[in-house]
Amino acid sequence: MSESRTFGSQLLSGLRRLPIDTSLLAPLLALLILLVVSSLASEFFLNTRNISNVLRQVSYTGIIAIGMTFVIIAGGIDLSVGSMLALVGVVLMYIVNAIADPVQAVIMGMLGAVLVGALFGLFNGILVTKGRIAAFVVTLASMSIFRSLALYFTDAGEITTRNPLFNNIGGGFFLGLPIPVWTFLAMAIVAHILLMHTAYGRHVCAVGSNAQVARYSGIRVQRVIMSTFVIAGVCVGVSAIMLASRLNSVSPSDAGYFYELDAIAAVVIGGTALAGGRGSIWGTVIGALILGIINNMLNLMGVSPYLQGLMKGAVILAAVLLQYRRNT
Amino acid sequence: MRINTMIKKAALAICLVGASTLATADEYHIGVTVPSADHGWTAGLLWWAQRATADLAEKYPEVTFTVLAADSGTSQVADVEDLMVRNIDALVILPHNPATLQRVITEAYEEGIYTVVVDRELEEPAQDVFMAGNNPGLGEVAARYMAEELGGQGDILVLEGPSIPINSQRVDAFNRVMEDYPGINILASQNTDWNPQRALSVTEDLLGRFQHVDAIWAGDDDVLMAAMRAIAENQRDEIQLVVGGGGSQEVIDLIRNDHPMVKGTVTYPPNMVASAIALAVHGVKGEHLGDMYHGVPSRIILAADLITADNVEQFYEPDAAY
Repeated sequence: MSESRTFGSQLLSGLRRLPIDTSLLAPLLALLILLVVSSLASEFFLNTRNISNVLRQVSYTGIIAIGMTFVIIAGGIDLSVGSMLALVGVVLMYIVNAIADPVQAVIMGMLGAVLVGALFGLFNGILVTKGRIAAFVVTLASMSIFRSLALYFTDAGEITTRNPLFNNIGGGFFLGLPIPVWTFLAMAIVAHILLMHTAYGRHVCAVGSNAQVARYSGIRVQRVIMSTFVIAGVCVGVSAIMLASRLNSVSPSDAGYFYELDAIAAVVIGGTALAGGRGSIWGTVIGALILGIINNMLNLMGVSPYLQGLMKGAVILAAVLLQYRRNT
Repeated sequence: MRINTMIKKAALAICLVGASTLATADEYHIGVTVPSADHGWTAGLLWWAQRATADLAEKYPEVTFTVLAADSGTSQVADVEDLMVRNIDALVILPHNPATLQRVITEAYEEGIYTVVVDRELEEPAQDVFMAGNNPGLGEVAARYMAEELGGQGDILVLEGPSIPINSQRVDAFNRVMEDYPGINILASQNTDWNPQRALSVTEDLLGRFQHVDAIWAGDDDVLMAAMRAIAENQRDEIQLVVGGGGSQEVIDLIRNDHPMVKGTVTYPPNMVASAIALAVHGVKGEHLGDMYHGVPSRIILAADLITADNVEQFYEPDAAY
């Protein structure tokens, strides 16, 4: 063993000594490898502009993945987030276009988006808890409902806005980084504290780990599960604000297309167990970064468009495989 | 230890792939981005984009190309951002949905990138050249051909696309021409979403509802192929004429082989993207097209050509994906 100590194993043991959660090690390692490979493979990768692009591209699904982490840890899943993003986006654009004063329009639109997102999340949550339907089925249905409503309200047409301020949110920069990136980071910190350092966060883990035991310990299981869907809804609301204002438009057929799968992939790559019970926000953030960097790297390297899906799938599998090796 | 070797192998493999695809420093770099191949026409688009870039890269060694395909408008935004990072000199884009792409195309254009927008027009123009097929022309040419073939008499079924502007331009033009032929009776005009499965069931339903049909117009050639299956399964031999739209190789092949019903289709060619790329090669260098006295025109609408047995050979490209 000792004679064959390679750079890789030294790196591994070095990392292990750092004060980070060991479950984060595998995704972090995968991210580091990806970073090194990407910067070797393309001269453009480490461009500041590219880095800021990637971070912004990641933030829309990343914000949603944060909410998804709560849902999955509590033992659920939310397939409706992509369609919900489209519907919240449509509502947001209606509000922004309905109010004449640009400042007021943007503020009301943002509040409205978060509120509507929370309501949609509550809708999912009530059906799962009070309706006693599996989360997979509930959100499969609401995925279809939300998308359909978004298409109906707009006749499948794209909505744009002439509000001069709206674009400054998602398209704006603060201290050299796009605002969606700051938002993503801020939400990750808040979510991390909520999950790891509050009683509520412990309850979420307990419910996902063993709902029966949690119930006997006096945790209001139904309410906790419902709240995770509301958190997911709020995250979708914030993501809708960022995406719609970056593009200055919402396309009901296109917005949030397949975001549920990207969000779930980010959560899983980040080491959160799909069966629930444990997981971490930073893992999810790393997972989202890994996904974003893969897309970016494939584009920068000019990999055949037919093969990009294969490479993406392979990296997801590799990241998860690495993680299971470490866990067993 | 096994993890280490695994990682190393993976890294090596990725590096090898990377090295082989690394672009060398060239004079011009043209980025092409199209929607990914989710139906026949877009598959044709990607095929032609790759064909054109291969042909042109050989002919003009000083130009390199990058072709990307996006499965949604938002991922196409990311693709354009990535292309801009790679310092492209020209951008050829067929936008998934114009409003979503408006901002990022404007950013590229304002940065001085030679921009060619294909097929779907932006609300606020931000391009050097706009190039598209002729949607109203497609409906018009199909209608005129059908009316004349039928001798101005007959019952027609129309298989439409989804309720988007492109479809209504085609169908409205079709209906306008048919108003000149009082003997032509349009039995029904139904949405198929340009999706073969949907088209199959819609056609089955319509054939069940109408016991006598003289002709069918399908606004898309994939839809036409699905309709042909429904016709064959229901043994509706009274149908004299089926006309398509788009110009897929499958339908062209039927016309070549003198199919008893499928006698014509009208082009809305996916290889418009190939012409757009060729245009960008000359545009970005500041050259003229052929012997023209002006630079590359700012707006090019390709003709809607009627393909029949008379001229089918010039449109025959057996390898193409559409």
